[in-house]
Amino acid sequence: MTHQPPLTTPDVLVIGAGPAGLTAAADLAPGQAGTVLVVDREPAAGGVPRHSDHTGYGLRDLRRVLSGPAYARRLVDRAAAAGAEIRTRTTVTGWSGADTVEVTSPEGRYRIRARAIVLATGARERPRTARRIPGDRPEGVLTTGQLQNLVHLHHRPVGRRAVIVGGELVSWSAALTLREAGCTPALMISEHPKAESYAAFNAAGRTALRVPVATRTRVTRIIGKNRCEAVEIEHLDTGRRRTVACDTVVFTGDWIPDHELARAAGLTLDPGTLGPLTDTALRTSSPGVYAAGNLLHPVDTADIAALDGRHVAEQVRRHLSGEREPAEGVPLIADAPFRWIAPQILRPGDPAPPHGRLLLWTDTFVRFPRITVRQDSGTVTTRRLPWPAAPGRAFRIPSAVLNGVSPTGGPVHIGVQ
Amino acid sequence: MTATPHRPHDGVFDVAVIGGGIVGAAIARDLSGYDLAVALLEARDDVGDGTSKANTAILHTGFDAKPGTLESELVARGCRLLGAYAEATGIPVERTGAILVAWTGEELEALPGLKEKAEANGYERCRIVGPDEVYRDLPDLGEGALGGLTVPDEAIICTWTTNLALATDAQQRGATLLLRHAVTGIDERDEATTLHTAAGDVRARWVVNAAGLGADHVDRLFGHDRFTVTPRRGELFVFDKLARPLANKIILPVPSSRGKGVLIAPTVYGNVMLGPTAEDLTDRTATATSEEGFDFLLAKGARLMPRLLAEEVTAGYAGLRAAIDHPDYLIETEPQQRYVLVGGIRSTGLTAGMAIAEHVRGLLADAGLAMRARETLPEPPRMPNIGEASPRPYQDAGLIARDPAYGTLTCFCERVTEGEIRDACHAAVPARNLDGLRRRTRAMNGRCQGFYCGAAVAALYERHHTHDGCHHHSGDDR
Repeated sequence: MTHQPPLTTPDVLVIGAGPAGLTAAADLAPGQAGTVLVVDREPAAGGVPRHSDHTGYGLRDLRRVLSGPAYARRLVDRAAAAGAEIRTRTTVTGWSGADTVEVTSPEGRYRIRARAIVLATGARERPRTARRIPGDRPEGVLTTGQLQNLVHLHHRPVGRRAVIVGGELVSWSAALTLREAGCTPALMISEHPKAESYAAFNAAGRTALRVPVATRTRVTRIIGKNRCEAVEIEHLDTGRRRTVACDTVVFTGDWIPDHELARAAGLTLDPGTLGPLTDTALRTSSPGVYAAGNLLHPVDTADIAALDGRHVAEQVRRHLSGEREPAEGVPLIADAPFRWIAPQILRPGDPAPPHGRLLLWTDTFVRFPRITVRQDSGTVTTRRLPWPAAPGRAFRIPSAVLNGVSPTGGPVHIGVQ
Repeated sequence: MTATPHRPHDGVFDVAVIGGGIVGAAIARDLSGYDLAVALLEARDDVGDGTSKANTAILHTGFDAKPGTLESELVARGCRLLGAYAEATGIPVERTGAILVAWTGEELEALPGLKEKAEANGYERCRIVGPDEVYRDLPDLGEGALGGLTVPDEAIICTWTTNLALATDAQQRGATLLLRHAVTGIDERDEATTLHTAAGDVRARWVVNAAGLGADHVDRLFGHDRFTVTPRRGELFVFDKLARPLANKIILPVPSSRGKGVLIAPTVYGNVMLGPTAEDLTDRTATATSEEGFDFLLAKGARLMPRLLAEEVTAGYAGLRAAIDHPDYLIETEPQQRYVLVGGIRSTGLTAGMAIAEHVRGLLADAGLAMRARETLPEPPRMPNIGEASPRPYQDAGLIARDPAYGTLTCFCERVTEGEIRDACHAAVPARNLDGLRRRTRAMNGRCQGFYCGAAVAALYERHHTHDGCHHHSGDDR
């Protein structure tokens, strides 16, 4: 190109103004790091909690419980008060070098070059198409993200009777939103033998939610020419199929990180999470580029994403003050029934992962998990955990289980007995 | 500029074209270049909402058509006409080229015959290549390819913009666009034919039937019983644009007696497409996708390009081709009835449309329709670019500086700006629903399928949508 768009040069660029990005910015801005610029493509900063209008946010990071929108406002205010600049409606559309991105905004098209970049682009739910579910293509087929946007930000009506696909934490959040919009959550369906996250709610919560759950069930077809009329579902064990009338279907969970920028940068991705491969300092494969939040673990709760932000801020400061090249490390590998682990690299001299926890995702329910850590055909440690590993929500393991790992040994396998 | 619409005399159009797909729109556009009052009747809410919206979007050289057929002649000519028209109007086209890949000894042996066939069709640039060259061009192809035939001029095109450009052009040349005008009956009289439609009667001296899937029904209204349209369902997967580097060329199978088979093709929007299936149905509204279709495509995909299946699917859809029990296009004139049938136009109709229009104009002239070329015609419309090969509004600093709405991204995955959505609502042939908006802008067609943008796009549409641009004609007062 003959004409280069104008260049902005903050010290730190944070891409994504959700809990992880805003917390990182709030932590970095008042210190010696220099100028901090946060960009977000949405019209308002705050990320997904902005349109999750129910309580339960902020416990681990702010030590209080807030509604999603209140939590989002609090994070935005903290970052702004700390001196970070937040630009919304500002979309990163590509890279022009390892430390420079191109953006489009109503103010124009320009480039941003920074000494450190934090990717905090989050995750989204796989829509019906990505789950390859055949049938008609009627109106009324949504993801939770779209549902909450419609109801809480745009105050639009949804249907009258909904089927919720998935039994994750977010699926119950969809049920709440539907109720609030006057749409009956008629059935929740889950491929697992139990609705994964049900146990996370106390008895009062369960009574309030009360949605019938069809377990070991999948959607096989969407029916309806204009508006959705029904879904066909199948019991996985018997193969029996039936149709359930509904004018709304919400596909919940089944997360994929928003990794477009990470891929466009050529960062190494983890085949399990599909997010950038990172070490416990949240470095990606590109020097000076860090990642935090649900981009790395699709998904854990907003406060865990926020703690990533706090953790990555410290690592960015070290980078800006001239940290040496990181040492070789050993890969962390999740064994079945775990689908993924984050972070994926343990290097000698590096900090413990955010919150002192490794995050994993299980495909089967394990009531009394005994974690095993193995390296080079030996068992490093086993540890009994008092909480179950349940599909549909991140499973957290204290990173202390890695204490006996040899940083010069082979890959470290983490499994469960 | 917009021409003054050519008002019909005494409420009678010179020509009524039934069907607002690519073929009908091309015919209406072509005839509107002459001193004729033309009506374009479309059964649905929008032009291009039938078979034309869901094809494989390939601009064919016609290398594989049956030599000597009308189809082969019109595809070859149409390819040149549409190629030039795309340049003039900004319809997205990418000259990717194609490779026809042989996976079995039998298929390999078929390649020389295909090359000869291409040459018989006047296409001289095919080459037979060995597996090394196939894998050099397509390193991510599955294992076991034995060789291939290159077709350097096959291209990909935007079928939606093609249809819109032709319809907009027709309208700007003075044709009357009549939406929601499904033809339900006819009355033939000496002076004019009356078409009964859901939105009132339309009278015309000549009628061209380009009704696609409904062409045999309309033909029967004229008293003929010469063919039956069999809706042939083709299901497709569209993969995320992050997959595009895997397939920078059209990957064709060696055709068999059962049709052209499953291909992998890049799209002008930067995606990769896998499909179509081919399944003969009876229901002309069966545009649902099926479990069997998906399983079939996934099995094919696993063989053709296993890496592709690791990418996310952003859309799965089904289109219906208007297959007929006749080996060629069925274009016939009935001078006594002042009626032309344009039937059996398969997926090649996208490429051939403009040549079909010329051909139909010739038939009408031969049959006695007097026409004189108009001396001044408006320039062809300049269409909004929704392809990836040339700059899109979000990349245009000058445009954003003049109008910040082009710097405000509404659909993040497809990078569609507020300005484009606004424009599509106020275009000469405007979007009348969210699907029409998708076809004009790509909004909500991306990987998140509305997770982020669905509500915002709907709100913008509510704010901007209009009913201008086309006639919602009712009554028979024209």
